[in-house]
Amino acid sequence: MANLETNFAGIKSPNPFWLASAPPTNTGYQVMNAFRAGWGGAVWKTLGVPIVNVSSRYSAISYKNNKLMGLNNIELITDRSLEVNLKEMKEVKEKFPNNALVASMMFEKKEEWHDCIKRCEDIGIDGFELNYGCPHGMCERGMGSAVGQNPDVCERITSWVTDVATKPVIVKLTPNVTDITKPALAAQRGGASAVSLINTINSVTGINLTTMEPNPTVAGQSTHGGYCGPAVKPIALNMLAELTNHPDFKLSISGIGGIETWQDAVEYFLMGAASVQVCTAVMHYGFRIVTDLSSGVNNYLDSNNMERVVDLRGIAAKKLKKWDQLDLNYKVIAHIDPEKCISCQLCYIACEDGAHQSIALLPNSRIPLIKEDTCVGCNLCSLVCPVENCISMVEVKNKKKKLVWANHPANPSCI
Amino acid sequence: MSDINFLPVPEQSSVEKKFAKTKPMMTASEAILESSRCLFCYDAPCINACPTSIDIPMFIRQIMTKNTTGAAKTIFTQNILGKSCGQVCPTSVLCEGACVYHDLNEKPIDIGRLQAYATEHAIDNNIRLFKKGKPTGKKVAVIGAGPAGIACAHELTVMGHEVVIFEANKKAGGLNTYGVAPYKFSNEDVNREIKYISEIGFKIKTNSPIAKVSRLEKEFDVIFIGTGLGSSKKINIPGENLKGVFGATEFIHNLRAKELKVSVGKDVVVIGGGNTAIDAAVESSLLGANVTIIYRRSEKEQSAYDFEIEHAKKHNVKFIYLTSPVEILGKGNVKGLRCIKNKLKKSEIVSQKGSEFVIPCSMVIKARGQEKMTDFFKSIPKIKLNNGKVIVNKSFQTANPKYFAGGDCINGGKEVVNAVADGRDAARGIDKFLMKKNRS
Repeated sequence: MANLETNFAGIKSPNPFWLASAPPTNTGYQVMNAFRAGWGGAVWKTLGVPIVNVSSRYSAISYKNNKLMGLNNIELITDRSLEVNLKEMKEVKEKFPNNALVASMMFEKKEEWHDCIKRCEDIGIDGFELNYGCPHGMCERGMGSAVGQNPDVCERITSWVTDVATKPVIVKLTPNVTDITKPALAAQRGGASAVSLINTINSVTGINLTTMEPNPTVAGQSTHGGYCGPAVKPIALNMLAELTNHPDFKLSISGIGGIETWQDAVEYFLMGAASVQVCTAVMHYGFRIVTDLSSGVNNYLDSNNMERVVDLRGIAAKKLKKWDQLDLNYKVIAHIDPEKCISCQLCYIACEDGAHQSIALLPNSRIPLIKEDTCVGCNLCSLVCPVENCISMVEVKNKKKKLVWANHPANPSCI
Repeated sequence: MSDINFLPVPEQSSVEKKFAKTKPMMTASEAILESSRCLFCYDAPCINACPTSIDIPMFIRQIMTKNTTGAAKTIFTQNILGKSCGQVCPTSVLCEGACVYHDLNEKPIDIGRLQAYATEHAIDNNIRLFKKGKPTGKKVAVIGAGPAGIACAHELTVMGHEVVIFEANKKAGGLNTYGVAPYKFSNEDVNREIKYISEIGFKIKTNSPIAKVSRLEKEFDVIFIGTGLGSSKKINIPGENLKGVFGATEFIHNLRAKELKVSVGKDVVVIGGGNTAIDAAVESSLLGANVTIIYRRSEKEQSAYDFEIEHAKKHNVKFIYLTSPVEILGKGNVKGLRCIKNKLKKSEIVSQKGSEFVIPCSMVIKARGQEKMTDFFKSIPKIKLNNGKVIVNKSFQTANPKYFAGGDCINGGKEVVNAVADGRDAARGIDKFLMKKNRS
């Protein structure tokens, strides 16, 4: 059995699975239920000057019969008073001293930040997360993503917090920027111990075709919201790798964005995250999913003869390079296993209409044939094939050495 | 029937429950869920397995995108009786039998019920998807308002021809009205479907048997024959005229005409191994009888579909194989059926001397196929027959160019969907014949 205990930038938790600051961490009741279910930590729903919310608040993307491929929300930070939140946080910490309890915060004025930090530390909170990511409602008031999108402001406010906080400070980053490393490095300069990413992405999930109103509707109108759920994971993984691979960035990273299964979590660790935070999957299925997150990661570590989650950290990120470092002499071509083929011919039409016309249909056979001389090894056929391991991409061995774009004869700047 | 060995006529409510649909209508959620499983195969095997070549992956995709009207149009374009076919087709040996999911050991897509779902949407909301074509001035008579005739009439109407269907029975629908098992397609289903289709603007004259075809020739440019098959075949054994002996076709016709309110014997023996034998047996069982099917060959040779045999077994129908009827016993009323055991030598049936036995019963149903309507066909000049079946060319034209034919009367008895394909394609042949160079 591997050991899932985690020390994230000085914050200890029994496992690396935390609940992200969001509706599932709105109350003590919920967080206690989550800890009972097995979650290692929780980032409390963002504390601040209580806001007023609209109704309705969420909308989602379905793919075929799969619900919540992506979830969009226009909810704001906590709508409850600081006193009520602190009272419940204290109760949680007393009942679950070994679980990580992190206070997410968002304020306007320095004094407000300082006041909240002190009161949180008084009740034994384990760390802070600065919400620089909320992309709606708060940014119009100069908070949330308005901070995360401006590295100078990000650095300044972070240093307000780190000046007084004795507990680790995590800066939560917005993905609604062109270069995620800029605000991350600003947080580092501001004295933060860690960053977490990504917060939600600016989005409109869709339009109700009956009323012609964007979703979610508020009295016939809508507003853009923050997008999360399985659909955003690829975007988050890329941003995570950009930080992991940045030579000047040294902080721990808590990964957020579409984590639902243990495989998702492992991918985040392999891309450099030291812990992960989950929201949408819990909003969809409840706290119980942590059972599989834990056992899945545990089994994966065991099967790779690894002891701790940290052993995974960044392995895949090292293999993520700039395009011009890839080997142009490497070649794969598709191979169809005729025993497994169910003759749906989806590979044929995908290649024929959507790729490189390198699959043929033969008379008297429903099993398509790869034209090996023209197949470019793009993967598309293997991606559309509904049968597991039916189409494999096979390496074509050649004796050529690795050739990168810089040295390729077609490169005009190649000497 | 006041025979004490017969069961009372069942009450409406109880009989309706017993004859509940074997393939109930899908809910919207079920349809979305099921349609989203479809792989949308290219050159899909299910299309090739459908006698009417419906673009099945396309209509399923349209159901998935909630374009149910589009789905109905995709179906009806190829098969205007798509609703009944969705419910009565032996899908497990046609489209669903060809589904590539079988190769994954995965349940095939429930195509029949999805088809019924989409077409029901159009029928229920009376969504008109086809218009009567620009009048051509040509008139076509269709004999028989069964699937072939209805499909032919609809297609001709779309093309602008004026069509009148002559139906001998009280109700239109043919097999769907008088032949199909009511747990597949009910009388109400037939009425709604035919009303929906015929509203495009062709006439159906019921109670209008055509004794002399030649009298139609003056009024109509072309005559389409879609008469189906005749009465149940005789089996030529003693006792066939006793009270309680029925042909399967007649038994089912009566059951459908009386809306299930018929009396059956307490013990029923059905003679035959086909799908009609199964229908008659299951229907008798649902009406309360103990039912035995005897079939002269073995289970292997039985022409009924496997799923139908399973269905019969579920309804406690007993099968006795390698058994032929010798004599129907009784004085006035049936008292039993004397049978003899057979052995098969290659495919030849050899009856076993001394193996005779009697099955006590009060009712015998003969299900050894139907007669062809040879006499009727012979009344039409120049028409040619093969074994009682009307011979047609690729355009479904008979040897007499004014006459076209399709459905059971040319194929000897197949599925509703085959008749629909014939009727539709015959309409195209008729149009070509009538319009010659007038269509570009």
